[in-house]
Parts: sequence; C-alpha cells; structure tokens
Amino acid sequence: MSEFSLEMKNITKRFPLVLANDKVNFSVYKGEIHALVGENGAGKTTLMSILYGLYQADEGHIFINGNKVNISNPRVAINLGIGMVHQHFMLIPPLTIAENVILGMEPKKNVIFIDMEKAVKEVEELSEKYGFKVDPRAKIENISVGIEQRVEIIKILYRGAEILVMDEPTAVLTPQEVEELFKILLSLKNKGKTIIFITHKLNEVKAISDRVTVMRHGRVAGVKITKNTNQEEIANLMVGRKVILRIDKKPQPTGKVVLQIEKLDALNNKGLPALKNIYFQIKEGEILGIAGVEGNGQTELVEVITGLRPATGGKITLYNKDVTNYSPRNIKEEKIAHIPEDRRQRGIISNYTIAENLILGNHYHLPFNNGLSLNFNKINNHANKLIKDFDIRPTDKDNLLKSLSGGNQQKVIVAREFYGEPKLLIAAQPTRGLDVGSIEFVHQQLLSERHKGKAILLVSADLEEILSLSDRIAVIYEGKIVDILDAQKTNEKELGLLMTGSVLDKKLQKIK
Amino acid sequence: MRFLKKFDYFAILEKSTPLIAVIFALLVGAIVIILIGENPIYVYKVLFSYAIGNRDGWGNVLFRATPLIFTGLAVAFAFRCGLFNIGGEGQMYIGAFLATWVGFTFTNFPAFILIPLCILAAAAGGALWASVPGILKAKTGVHEVIITIMMNWIAASLSFYLALVYKDPATEAMKAAGVKQMIPHTREIAQAARLPRLYNLFKLINIDFPAHNQVNVSLFIAISVAILAYYILWKTNLGYEIRAVGYNPLAAEYGGISVAKNIVLTMVISGAFAGLVGTNEVMGYKYRWRQEIFSGLGFNGIAVALLGKNHPLGVVLAAILFGILNYGGAIVNIFTKGKIPRELIMVLQAVIVIFVVISDEVVRRFIIKRRKMA
Repeated sequence: MSEFSLEMKNITKRFPLVLANDKVNFSVYKGEIHALVGENGAGKTTLMSILYGLYQADEGHIFINGNKVNISNPRVAINLGIGMVHQHFMLIPPLTIAENVILGMEPKKNVIFIDMEKAVKEVEELSEKYGFKVDPRAKIENISVGIEQRVEIIKILYRGAEILVMDEPTAVLTPQEVEELFKILLSLKNKGKTIIFITHKLNEVKAISDRVTVMRHGRVAGVKITKNTNQEEIANLMVGRKVILRIDKKPQPTGKVVLQIEKLDALNNKGLPALKNIYFQIKEGEILGIAGVEGNGQTELVEVITGLRPATGGKITLYNKDVTNYSPRNIKEEKIAHIPEDRRQRGIISNYTIAENLILGNHYHLPFNNGLSLNFNKINNHANKLIKDFDIRPTDKDNLLKSLSGGNQQKVIVAREFYGEPKLLIAAQPTRGLDVGSIEFVHQQLLSERHKGKAILLVSADLEEILSLSDRIAVIYEGKIVDILDAQKTNEKELGLLMTGSVLDKKLQKIK
Repeated sequence: MRFLKKFDYFAILEKSTPLIAVIFALLVGAIVIILIGENPIYVYKVLFSYAIGNRDGWGNVLFRATPLIFTGLAVAFAFRCGLFNIGGEGQMYIGAFLATWVGFTFTNFPAFILIPLCILAAAAGGALWASVPGILKAKTGVHEVIITIMMNWIAASLSFYLALVYKDPATEAMKAAGVKQMIPHTREIAQAARLPRLYNLFKLINIDFPAHNQVNVSLFIAISVAILAYYILWKTNLGYEIRAVGYNPLAAEYGGISVAKNIVLTMVISGAFAGLVGTNEVMGYKYRWRQEIFSGLGFNGIAVALLGKNHPLGVVLAAILFGILNYGGAIVNIFTKGKIPRELIMVLQAVIVIFVVISDEVVRRFIIKRRKMA
C-alpha cells in the first residue's frame, strides 16, 4: 500500500443537479507520471478540486503515502505536499521570477525584511536541480509563456510539493515548448516527484505518461498502463463508443479562386501594425491552414476578413468582388461564414436561447423576420431542425446557451454558420477546449464542407489539427506570412521553426 | 454528467428576489415603526387597507404609479441594451415642458388633434434629450451615466428658465398683490389638450367613482407603453438587436448588428418613455408645467426598474407597489397624527432597493456556486 503516493478511494461528490464523481478510485504510484483524461464534464476537475481541498467529497477517503488525510482546504493540501499548476497562470508581471516564487512565504531577514538574496539563491538551486533554466532576476512581463509555466512549477516546488497536478499544461505552449516541458517533467519524475497530468491530447498521454486513468460521466472508465494501450483505445474509453481519430481526407479537386488577399495591412488594438503585407488565396474545395504562435496576427487577420477590423491597406476579394472593409453585416450577406476564435466573447450570446443564437446574423431578414417582427414559428422550426441535424444537447431549443457545454455551444455556432450555403468558411480555433467527441464532429463537418467544394480558412494553434486538415499551410510570424507550404510535404518540426521565426533569423544571419 | 433532476429551480429563485426584498423591507420598516413607538401591524393595516381597500384608494395609487411606470420603463428599456439611463429626470422635464408648450400654444386646435400632438411632443422632448448621451456614447464612448447626470441639471435649469419665459399671466397680478415667493409655473394648457379623468369614463358606464380622484387616461397610455416596450424587446428585430447588444456587444457586432445604431435608438426610445410622464403630470393633473410636481420621479424610476427586474410587467407591478406606499404613507401620517412621518415610506423604498440588490447578489452567488460545482 505504501508504494502509492496518492490514493483516492470511493470518492463520491454530488451537486444539486449532477453526480460529478461516482465512487471514483484513483491511485498514483510514487514517482510516476499519471495522465488523467476524460471529456469536459467527466469529473476530472472535480476530482482534482477535492484533492486540492477546494471541495469536500461526500463519500470516500484520501490517502497520502498510505496515511488517511482530511484535506479541508488548499492550505492543508499544500502542507501535505500537493501542488497544482492551473491552466491560467497566477503571476504578477512587474515582479521578478524570484519575487513571484516566494510570494506569500518570503524568507525573512531581521524579522521584517525580505531576504531577496536567499530567495534568488533558492530559486537558482531549484532551477538547476530540475533543469528549468530560468533567471530568477528576470521580470515576468519579459518572459515567454513557456517560462511562465516553469515559474508556476518552481512556485509549487518551493512550497514543498511532492505531488504535482498539472491542469492541461500544454494548451498554451508551442511544440518546442511542449518538448521542453516534457524534459522537465521527466527530470522531476527521476527526482522522485509524482505528477498528475490532466489533458485532452492523447498523443501527449502516449508521449509522457506511465499510466493513464480515463474518466467518463463521473466514473473511472479504465486505468491503463500507457505502453500497453493505444490512442484509439483511450479515446473509445473516454467517449464510450468508437471514435475515428485518424482524419480520413480524400483528395479533392480544387476549383476557382474564392478568396484572394493581397498586401493586406491592419493595426492591432494598441494601434500598432498587426498585419504586414499579408497575401494568400484559397480555392474551392481547399482548406488553407494558418499556423502560428498565438498573437502573431491571426486574430486580426480573421477580424479584417470578416469586417470586424478595418484594413489599413491591401485588398480582399471574394470571387473577384472587392469586399475590403465591408461591414460585418455585408460580409455575412456575401456568404462568408465565421466560427470565431473566442467562442464566449464573440460567438454566442450566452443569455440567449439556442433558438435565438441560431439566427444571430440572419435575424433581420426572411424567413425569420419580415423586417419588423420576428417569426417565431420559423425560428423554432429552424432551431429544432438544426438541433437534430447537429445533435445539439440538450435538445430543447429554449435552453440558454450558458447552460450548454463548450462542445455543444460550438455545435450551435457551427450549425448556424454552416447554414445557408456559405461560399467561404473561416474557422478560427474551431476545436479549442473541446473534448474528443466534439473535435471529431467539428473536423468531420469541416471536411464535408471541403468535399462540397467550399473554401475554408482554418486558423488553429493546434499544429496537429492544421497538419491533418489543411491542404496548404500558411505560416504567420509577427504579422507576416513567412511561407506557404504544401501540407503533405511538411511536418510539425518545420512548422514549429517557421512559427517561432527561427528560419527568418537564420536567413538574416546568412545575409549578415 | 448525469442529470439527477431536470427542474430548474434556480430560474424561479432568480425571478423571486424582489418579493424577498419587499418582505425584508417591510420587516425593517416594522422595526422602525416600533422604535417610533407605534404598532407596526396597525400601521401596515391602515396603509394597505386605505391604499387598496377601496376604489378611491386604488385610484390614488394608480395615479401615483402612472409616472413611475413611464420612468421605470425608461430605465428598464435602456438597461436591456446595457445602458444605464439615469437621465430620466431631465428627459421628463423636457418632454413635459414641450407637451405643455404645445398645449398652451395651439389653443385653437380640436382635442382629437391637440391631445395626440401633446403626447407626441412629450415623447419627442424626452427622446431629443436622451439622444445626446446616446450619440455621444455611440460616437465617442463617453459613459452615458456621466452625460445623463449632467443633462439632468441642464434640463432642470432650462425648464425652470422657460417656465419664467412662459409664466402664468396671473403671477404678475399676484406679485402686485404682494405674494413674495412663488414656484415658477407656466400658463395653463388648452381645455382641448387635457386628458379626461377616469371618473368621467366610469360615469359613462355607471360605475361609482369619486370625482375628485386624479387618476386619468394617462394610466392607459402608461400600460400601452409597457406593452409596447415588451413587444419591441421580445417580438421585433429591433428588440433582438437591442438585447444582443446589451448581453454581448462583441457577439452582436460579429452577428452584423450595429452597436452604435442600437445604442442611439435605445436611448431615444428610453427618453421618449420618460418624456411621457408629462401626459400624467401636465395633461391629466396640473394642466401646466410646474417643477415641484416632477421632482424625484425620474430617480424613483431607477428603483422601480430595479425592483421590476427590468421587465415591463415587473415595472408596472413595482410602480403600483410604490404607488401604494406613497399614498398609504400619506394616510398613515394622518392617522397617527404625524407620529409616523411620510418619510417612513422613503425609508421603505430605500430599504427595498437595498434588499433587491442584496438578494440579487446573494442568489446570484448561490447559483454560481451551485453551477460551478456542477
């Protein structure tokens, strides 16, 4: 029994409307990397919140190193050596790494003064021991997201964590940063730390974990030794049915040029150039992927094409018609559909019902509106049809969007945008935060639209998604198109280098 | 996630917060009454029995509720677009003044033209006054709260000044007679511009109703406007867009909805509602513009909208409750020989507002906590 670092036995947690954890048994060996996977709402977060003392289990017990413990709040959890790295970092940008690490438990000098030298030294020691490679004196505002994550890990190690819970740590990282993170995780493991790794991405489960616990509907659907299983089996356990992971992309002849972008310039919210001389074209039956580290102009690019942000130069043409700086409504009337990257902010009105959301953008014209008043018969029939076609759940059209899961909210957006035969589809981060089943759904919808001869612009931070769906890939870096590649003839590594500007730098160095 | 229960009791809980607030406010009021040394059960009995125990009471209550329905709707309507229009006071002054001006200027018009014209003038005056903050918000992003507050002061002073310009000829005579201080008021509007009291209508169908009761046809205008507000917000294209902007301007913009256009339109409609207070106070009551008959109605509209959860039906109910408290408070004052001051009602209204906010927040947090756990 003592070989387990952590055991959670028969954990049950009820909430007013749901049974979030139903007799969950979860155990982790000392010094292992244990992946915890499951769809959204499967109960992973609840389970980890119970472990971290944010919630109390209704039934069941927790054992740390074989001793029964009662974790009544996060402070108890920290004292027991449990540390959590959240998806959203909690760091103070103007402070240095060392200052952030010691925050809340500062080493003192003469009782009242902070012993900064000691802090720096301790952070340096930790950094060296586990291979973090961070400069304790660097300010958070000047470091990359990947380093920020390392600071979060150092923070919990500094607090004496033996069990590290990582909540979807790779969601914000570039492929290179993911590799670095995995190195660090392995080094932590070799030094005897126990790691619980929550993720959606099955390839990461394969790459890093020793064992994997799969959750579904609040229960444990299976515990597997990673090397004895495969991605298909894990996916099937997660979803509870057969899932097609491999994207079956048939060759599709391309037709006329649908979207042509020439010398496009635009500013970001701060008024600085965000897009510089962007060019590309998309043909009928083609998916063009935009690969890039987030914040390199993807958001602005999509906004400019959809009329949400003015272009300061250049030209956008749709089937030879100049649509530069059209209003969002006119763009919609030109049949450009848009799955926005920020679902909650742009894509849905969470206090509107499913039916109301399904007409957004089409609400002002026939058949839903005679120009003055809404036709609820038509709106409701429309909603019921799309709910059925796209398998939106819950199936009652009068449910508010905020009561839907992320996957179902995305289905509402996809259903709405695919309606009315769009000429061009712009899908920005269409599967972000979705579970395996929903990702499969969105991918299949995109491919079937491609098959119908539609032109699709796919913007995604997920390189695997870009590689498997796109026909051609445009890499964007600092607002410029670095290169446009044939998806068949490239790989993650090449894209990763292009995305981070390394290739550009090399070219520059050669010139020098 | 397996659903144990399908029934969503959160929604009902969310909607019932005003009721909880009113009950708590009455309890606090009872404590105040005890501290004054009166029996709260007796006071409340007098208050409610006189306010809603007979036709005269109801008439007085509805007369006091009418302007609050207008100003409450103004606040509630704007709120649906995410705007906090606290300029109801100013919009009301200007709308009412314009209606008065039309009423005493076109004196030779027949009633069937002059009455609609005055009503339109009231709405137009309020709309015009509200369009300024609307346009400024839409074009430059200046917060509507700042502008509407400032416009309230301008409206108060401007209408005060205009009341002197169009002052009642009789005031000169009174001045000559030695009356030193007078509240400025305009001359009277034409007979043809006056709204009939409900007494006149009840007489036609042989219902016994006191002739002195001031409740008038403006009440029907207020109810119609409430229905109109509901229709616009939930049944029309415009309402869909207004609410979309209110809930999520970014998503509205994405859906091809002009945020700027809807902000201006909403303010205009909201201002028109506030301006219509003139139909009750001028056309149905004093038949002239007189500042004191308005003061505070615009601000009380905020409380009414809050208590009515920004829904037209809720606003009507909340306005009636405020009407009951206002009228019943006056009666209680008389019955207790001034021991219970009329200000008790202000305390009650204030406490209701505070409790609405508190119970909203408590319920909201409770629901978020429960939902988050799920």
